[in-house]
Amino acid sequence: MKNISQVTTDKKDKSDALLKVKDVSLSFIQYTSGLRQTELKVISNLSMEAYSGEILAVVGSSGSGKSLLAHAILGILPSNAQLSGGMEYNGYDLNRKKKEELRGKEIVLIPQSTKYLDPLMRISSQVIGNTDGKNAESRKNLQRDIFKKYDLKPEVEGMFPHELSGGMTRRVLVSTAVMESSKIVIADEPTPGLDEKNLNETLSYFKNMAKKGYAVILITHDIEAALKISDKIAIFYAGTILEIAKSGDFAGEGEKLRHPYTRALWNALPQNKFHAIKGHHPMQDEVLEGCFFYKRCSTGNENCSKCTPKLKIFNGGMVRCNNAA
Amino acid sequence: MTTAVVNANRELFKGINLRQKTIMLISCLSLLLIAIVVSSAFIDENALSTDFESKNLAPSLEHPFGTDWMGRDMFVRTLGGLGLSIIIGALASSISTIISVFLGLLSSIGKIEDSIVSWLVDLFLSIPHLLLIILISIGFGGGATGVIIGVALSHWTSLTRVVRAEVKQIKTQEYIHISQKFGKSKWWIAKNHIFPHLLPQFVLGTIVMFPHAILHEASVTFLGFGLSPHEPAIGIILSESMKYLSAGYWWLAFFPGLSLLIVILVFDLIGENLGKMLDPKKAHE
Amino acid sequence: MKYEKLGIFMGKKTLKLIVLLIFVCVASFWIVEQSPIDPVRAYIGEMSIQPEQKAKMEEYWGVNTPAHEKFLNWAGSALEGDFGTSLIYRMPVTDIIKERFASSLLLMASSWVLSGILGFVLGIVAGMKHGTFIDKVIKTYCYILLAAPTFWLALIFLLIFSVNLGWFPVGLSVPIGVASGDVTFFDRIHHLILPTITLSLLGVASIAMFTREKLIEVMSSDYVLFAKARGETGFDLVKRHGIRNVALPAITLQFLGFSELFGGAVLVEQVFSYPGLGQAAVAAGLRSDVPLLLAIVIVSTLFVYSGNLIADIIYEFVDPRIKQQETRP
Repeated sequence: MKNISQVTTDKKDKSDALLKVKDVSLSFIQYTSGLRQTELKVISNLSMEAYSGEILAVVGSSGSGKSLLAHAILGILPSNAQLSGGMEYNGYDLNRKKKEELRGKEIVLIPQSTKYLDPLMRISSQVIGNTDGKNAESRKNLQRDIFKKYDLKPEVEGMFPHELSGGMTRRVLVSTAVMESSKIVIADEPTPGLDEKNLNETLSYFKNMAKKGYAVILITHDIEAALKISDKIAIFYAGTILEIAKSGDFAGEGEKLRHPYTRALWNALPQNKFHAIKGHHPMQDEVLEGCFFYKRCSTGNENCSKCTPKLKIFNGGMVRCNNAA
Repeated sequence: MTTAVVNANRELFKGINLRQKTIMLISCLSLLLIAIVVSSAFIDENALSTDFESKNLAPSLEHPFGTDWMGRDMFVRTLGGLGLSIIIGALASSISTIISVFLGLLSSIGKIEDSIVSWLVDLFLSIPHLLLIILISIGFGGGATGVIIGVALSHWTSLTRVVRAEVKQIKTQEYIHISQKFGKSKWWIAKNHIFPHLLPQFVLGTIVMFPHAILHEASVTFLGFGLSPHEPAIGIILSESMKYLSAGYWWLAFFPGLSLLIVILVFDLIGENLGKMLDPKKAHE
Repeated sequence: MKYEKLGIFMGKKTLKLIVLLIFVCVASFWIVEQSPIDPVRAYIGEMSIQPEQKAKMEEYWGVNTPAHEKFLNWAGSALEGDFGTSLIYRMPVTDIIKERFASSLLLMASSWVLSGILGFVLGIVAGMKHGTFIDKVIKTYCYILLAAPTFWLALIFLLIFSVNLGWFPVGLSVPIGVASGDVTFFDRIHHLILPTITLSLLGVASIAMFTREKLIEVMSSDYVLFAKARGETGFDLVKRHGIRNVALPAITLQFLGFSELFGGAVLVEQVFSYPGLGQAAVAAGLRSDVPLLLAIVIVSTLFVYSGNLIADIIYEFVDPRIKQQETRP
């Protein structure tokens, strides 16, 4: 078993991961009615890796805290968030200061909706971003080129966010990412509410980015969309990753899949068995003991209710299950 | 997304959480206000008797707020004025709350009732508040009664707005629809389903209204409407002090006004902290 | 297209104003009618008077006419621009209003601008430095100002700057004993400074608190989060996204504050003996000058309404989110 929580600050060779997330946990301190203080754990001991030229999809149900993972990587969490664990970018320790340096430049975010655009700022200014005088001209030209490439008409430049259609918003948000010469693109739920044509088009943008050598992290709840383009799929559940599988592992009845949840997820798809998964996703304030999936698992045993499994390498992928062997 | 600074609270009171701290603060402040009201009720008449041998004295240990032109101790007068102000404020905001409760529930009944309530709010907000109080208090023959009625009849607007908004939200709840299907009357639903939900809002609303009521009462009294010059109201004390400003008797104006300011601040603080207890989202501020 | 919409909007607003004014007039008239005020007493003061004279005057003031008839008489002449004669100033009410309102407007406008600018700047600074020492200082300052009785602040200012330091006159908008033609511009300004500062203090607090909270809200919005993700930080971030999104609501709020402004002016004018509409309102109220009081109520209603109207126009026609939604096919 490879030790993934080892902290190294030395430069790594090219074949290694561009971004490593190691044993990251995230919690919030919150007040409930009557000012009782509670701690809310949203991410627990999460580990994953992203490679240049590859698309890694992080798949999990809506509202399970996937977006916060993106915010944690970028260092834009709210101030009551408590983050532990380590991250590594290109062989360097990705600390708070490094995140500030890199975000918007080498690591970029494609947000999920028009809510992430300033409602009172014209589109072109938002896409160009904050520039000092001397770059303004070249950035403007770059923006025009990008708009042409993404089939956005010149009128769009002068519009306000609320005037954009869903598809236009998508392309504008993608434009903001390619304005920078970045290495990692994190796309947060880029596909909801898109029709088949727009969906495929949007997905093709990411495919192209990966071809150009970007490491693309696709955060989504839509496993079908993820499977169309991704190289690897990370299954996000109750604040952690249960399995990292190659796209090719999702075949047949899921024999190659390592975790019972992933298999259940695969078989729940309409084109497969269309079997609903029993039980429900744990609430964010639920305290979980043992394996997070234990309550819904069909193969769980006594041990699973007590012992939280570690993420381990298995069959060329990774899995967090006591019974995978 | 919430942004919170929780650490400040931890550093200040180690071992005490915000909940306990807030409850403690509210209790202490309330105790202070009760102490003012109670002690003002037991003021010794002798302390306010005229004593021309000790008139116009600057603040000293014996007279912490100084004395006025009739030799009366300003500290005792201020205390009495504050007590009176708090009582008038309490009376006026209770009446205003009752009006808000009634109008808020009325607006829940139907569209016509709702637009009447909203029109009434607009009407009352269309005249500058101070002028409205003056007008109403004149209408009721001036005096203390006039001022109390004036203040009471003009402070219900903001709470009514809050209540209306809450009512709209509650009405979308499933159990209200079920209750309607069971044939309960609209007024019955308002009384038995909506009112209990709004109870915390009313308590908080009354407390938040308090400082406004007191400030307006003091202002109107200061202008010469309402309370008679014999009453030890803060407004009267301050309006009298104006005559002695040029003579340099600064303490006549300074201490009574400052005391009033502190009382208002105490009410604001109680209201804000109670608000935090009821709506924890505010605690992250 | 846009003008057409503005026309319909203004038409609706005018109609609403007319209905509102009718209600305000009827209500105020009714309230004053309830009061045990004797206009004859108010007019003659403490003088003794012959019974025949009294009867004559009672007829003139319509003491014995029924209320609704009196109202219709009053409303009829008011529609023609005649609000009657002031009992205490013994001049046509319209003349008093014109003169007094002009000087009140000067006072209110200058403190409105001052409080708007100062409050906005303080609010932005506090919101930017949210949670820091500066924020706490500004917040505390605002809390205290909001809790301070306006008239007491005026008294304290008078005490410090006029009585002790002698920088400003103790009262009146012009020097006493100088013919109105000889009053210089400088005199006016000199007499205006202290009342303006006092009156603006209250507005500073409310606009600063609002701006602060709004900025904090904007800074924790998704679009600022995205701007941060794109590497924007510090004052640039606040300038590009914060101020842009806070300015319009703050200006709107400032226009909605006309009612408070007028109330503050009443108190400030009283303390500084500034001869404005507020002072006249107090005098009219204390000495039962019904015609003047009613006219002041109407003028102040119009004043408050115009503030609300401007706020509505900003909301409906200046904010691009609403403006362009309508014009889109």
